Amino acid sequence: MTDEHHHAPPTSPVEDRVAALESLLVEKGILDTAALDAVVDHYEHAVGPLNGARVVARAWIDPAYRARLLADATPAIAELGFSGPEGDHMVVVENTPEVHNAVVCTLCSCYPWPVLGLPPTWYKSPPYRARMVREPRVLLAELGCEVPPDCEIRVWDSSAEVRYLVLPLRPAGTGDLSEEELAALVTRDAMIGVARL
Amino acid sequence: MGPVDGVHDLGGIQGFGPVEIEPDEPVFHADWERRAYRLTIGAMLAGQLRGRFRHAIERMDPVWYLGSPYYEHWLTATATGLVEGGLLTVEELDDRLGSPYPLARPVRAPRLDDPGPSLDSHRFSLGDPVRVRDRHPLGHTRAPRYVQGRTGTVVRLDGVFSLPDVEYHCDALRREPTYSVRFEAAELWGEPGDPVHVDLWESYLEPQEEPAHD
Repeated sequence: MTDEHHHAPPTSPVEDRVAALESLLVEKGILDTAALDAVVDHYEHAVGPLNGARVVARAWIDPAYRARLLADATPAIAELGFSGPEGDHMVVVENTPEVHNAVVCTLCSCYPWPVLGLPPTWYKSPPYRARMVREPRVLLAELGCEVPPDCEIRVWDSSAEVRYLVLPLRPAGTGDLSEEELAALVTRDAMIGVARL
Repeated sequence: MGPVDGVHDLGGIQGFGPVEIEPDEPVFHADWERRAYRLTIGAMLAGQLRGRFRHAIERMDPVWYLGSPYYEHWLTATATGLVEGGLLTVEELDDRLGSPYPLARPVRAPRLDDPGPSLDSHRFSLGDPVRVRDRHPLGHTRAPRYVQGRTGTVVRLDGVFSLPDVEYHCDALRREPTYSVRFEAAELWGEPGDPVHVDLWESYLEPQEEPAHD
């Protein structure tokens, strides 16, 4: 496979290439599409930012849970039933009035699947990966996330095995809300660190 | 020789425009994305892409890489990895597609006979100043270009994991401690700004006895 026409940007439709590879793998017995549909369905419908929101809400109302979460996030998250691939080595970074955290993967698309689901397109896009480390404050402002000038932005590039979840600041005036109502306030983007609640 | 890092190593590259967040974005935008995800997960679960997948994405033609959707990277890396693993031939792919099946470029790094010594305990401690080795291999690495040669501070000790630089080019594994290292903006970009933390394997790092200075 050294001939150049196998490596140039393609002219064939990607749908045709998917179909060709899929049919070959099924014929060879490498791919069991029916069995895998359950896995795909799980990540498309069952796993998503609502999991992470439950972790955040629990941390807001339960100081002992928050302490466990910040000390060793993986077992603390598993307490709520969330674990699996891309979530085996979790670290939770806590926002404070002095620190705002934000997560990026400059080399590829590393993302905490068990608590946030599969990553959105923008998280995997070259502009986000290039700019989030170079000019996080400018980029966050463009996204409508204004971080006060005296608040340090800490960017975390998940370039090894750790996957990150941001613990946002609990919004003011939410003292009377239930855990469920609090979870409903937490957004995916706030748990990546490109939004504030 | 200057840096030869792949186009995937995007941190700090300038010239990109706005980040567009799509409201209520679906997990998959088209059926082919779902099928590309499914066949990649299937090949991974079958153990057929180990030590091949990420580096295959990195070996895509740079123009193609930057101009194609994410799941096209997965499709291409899976096809490439299965050909390189001997489960498929290029001829089978070409015949089924009816035209040359586009793949990533070949591996350029030499195959390693010896994975080198594994390390169980962390050499560096919290607060240690460390410098990232200025090393731009032809093969796979997880040391981003924008921190190579730069000095930072160890802020977290993480687990002991297989070193990707070896795993992708050797039949055996080498395990090393990992760290989170904080880099000040001035050290990375030469001007004030907010710090970046990068997760790095131990052999990417060397002790830095002197304070950083430019």
